[in-house]
Amino acid sequence: MYQYDQIDQSLVDQRVAQYRDQTQRYLAGQLSEDDFRSLRLRNGLYIQKHAPMLRISIPYGLLRPAQVRMLARVAREYDKGYGHFSTRQNMQFNWPKLELVPDILALLATVQLHGIQTSGNCIRNVTADHLAGVAVDELEDPRPWCEYIRQWATLHPEFSYLPRKFKIAVTGSPADRAASRVHDVGLHLRKNEQGEVGFEVLVGGGLGRAPMIGHVIREFLPKKDLLAYLEAILRVYNLEGRRDNIHKARIKILVKAIGPAKMRELVEEEFAAAKDTAPVFDAAEFERIKAFFAPKVYESLQDQDVISGKPQEFRNWFQYNTRKHKVAGYRAVFLSLKSPTRPPGDITADELDRVADLAEQYSLGEIRSTHDQNVLFAHVKQSDLFALWQQLKLIDLATANIGTLTDMICCPGGDFCALANARSIPLATQINERFDSLDYLYDLGEIQLKMSGCMNGCGHHSVGHIGVLGVDKDGEEWYQITLGGSTGGHDASLGKVIGPSVAHDDVAETIERIIHVFVEHRQEEERFLDTFRRIGVAPFKAKVYAPADQAA
Amino acid sequence: MRQLIKQREVIVDEWRYADEDPVGRERALILPFARWKAEREQWWLWDGRLGVRIGPTDPIADLKNDFTRIGLVAVEFGGLAEGRGYSQAALLRSRYKFTGELRAVGKIQRDQLFYMARCGFDTFELPEGADLSVALTAFDDFSVAYQGAFDAAGVHVQRRTVAA
Repeated sequence: MYQYDQIDQSLVDQRVAQYRDQTQRYLAGQLSEDDFRSLRLRNGLYIQKHAPMLRISIPYGLLRPAQVRMLARVAREYDKGYGHFSTRQNMQFNWPKLELVPDILALLATVQLHGIQTSGNCIRNVTADHLAGVAVDELEDPRPWCEYIRQWATLHPEFSYLPRKFKIAVTGSPADRAASRVHDVGLHLRKNEQGEVGFEVLVGGGLGRAPMIGHVIREFLPKKDLLAYLEAILRVYNLEGRRDNIHKARIKILVKAIGPAKMRELVEEEFAAAKDTAPVFDAAEFERIKAFFAPKVYESLQDQDVISGKPQEFRNWFQYNTRKHKVAGYRAVFLSLKSPTRPPGDITADELDRVADLAEQYSLGEIRSTHDQNVLFAHVKQSDLFALWQQLKLIDLATANIGTLTDMICCPGGDFCALANARSIPLATQINERFDSLDYLYDLGEIQLKMSGCMNGCGHHSVGHIGVLGVDKDGEEWYQITLGGSTGGHDASLGKVIGPSVAHDDVAETIERIIHVFVEHRQEEERFLDTFRRIGVAPFKAKVYAPADQAA
Repeated sequence: MRQLIKQREVIVDEWRYADEDPVGRERALILPFARWKAEREQWWLWDGRLGVRIGPTDPIADLKNDFTRIGLVAVEFGGLAEGRGYSQAALLRSRYKFTGELRAVGKIQRDQLFYMARCGFDTFELPEGADLSVALTAFDDFSVAYQGAFDAAGVHVQRRTVAA
């Protein structure tokens, strides 16, 4: 993975010094609350319900053991002993002290981590497919491009005070595990008719309020034009995006207002006009970056029978929590952060330390965070799987539920977040209690349950097969249910609301009724999403809102 | 006497805005964009130096044939949240090859100066009362940068740079 050189390290160190000065000026009363807010957000610091929340950037979800150990140390020394993986592959700490954040950032800088641009109205962490580099369906590894974009976006002088936040995702595979269609900009590596690899460019996707699927504005962009084209998009957005209303300031609103065709025209016009002054593709620099992502040195192995003679529990884990690797004899392994007793995405300092050790032992010293709030070991020898499974069981990271209903996405919600209308973590507990049989979950197949505590949609509810959104009704927590959302590949879609919101205590019951309708109508091994698309919302609606005695 | 930062030094402003007291000995006047547009012909023949002050929504392309006459463009910022001025500055330097004085004015603060300078601003008029000697240190916040930038002469600097 990418290693800082002197330039990268200087920038991060100087950023810490700058932020230390800003914090001191704020504490001394020389910076107003408002002015400091904008500055601290750009370093990942929110003021939350109980305490500040610090978000650490994990570029495209890639970590080294030393970095994971440092996250553990921060969790232990500056937080309450745990951290939380977000859906954008970052790590969040919920209890740091505002005045100590410069010290935390200084520690993180020693292992090439930072909080730069993890919040605020600027270009956020660039995300990628968590299976990048090992996926069998991949055209090209997106991560060198992510790093190339990361550097360009970091402290970009022209685009650091945008109308609103700006998220870019890059994927090299048609399955789109990076949810790029619901990003401000989605970049898909693809081949043109001449066989050259470039990018399909989508603009204007997004979740939160008014969720939208992005529009293709360039079918094929030569690689060398990537930064120039991104600058054209950003410049159009910076000048034309709305700044009068925070809820209408994302680029998706601009694209909707003027239409995708007009957006394409404006961007192409700007791209053409700037061709002599836009960033020039620096091939040598790109090759320097790319070398850090060269394929790992793998042993020459054959695929083997891993499961014969092994316990059923292990076989389930193998089936659900591991994925095919493009090199024979290896698998990619998910460490589930969705055990029934764990708030989704949470991990303790001790577990982080153990994960770092295990990554060194079993995954060529690499750790990844995923969009689904799990951890991934991308390079595990098949012959090591059983031993790794046994180790993971000891630290509660082997729940064999990846891709099932209980592998749910969940934001921190009203327990932590100042924005939330409602809590989301207790829902996870409620649902885990109701769906406590793994065999039943396996029978149900792939179901993506995504829950957000408010419209901002950090839990990606709009693209959940089942989405749950916390709303506030006269000070009470209610939840709106949507069905049929998806981020996957070319069939990305937004969920449809099934009807009136349900009360907090009824959420698990509602989901169970939805599942009953699915089971009743399901054809063979059909996925929930496909059944929903075939039969529509009506049968679900009829059962969900039926009186208790008629619901069965 | 208004002080400002010009090319990393604190100086006394030679310019006056159109709504201020009569033009001094320097005869250097900054007009609002709308007034320049409306009275362009008569001001062109005036014998003093001319500048134009633009707001975030003013179409700067309208000025592209005026830079032989306009020696200063003042770009208005309404606060930290207002980011259009950065693109306006970048466009003035790169697209319209404006080589005169490019001034950031309005609610600007120390923490923006590094970004502004890299977009091509060379003069910074901070709100009254701001400590300019402290603000001067902002230009040294970072010794490195990942992007190209436009310096005062409009020269495009290579990306991924270390400051001299």
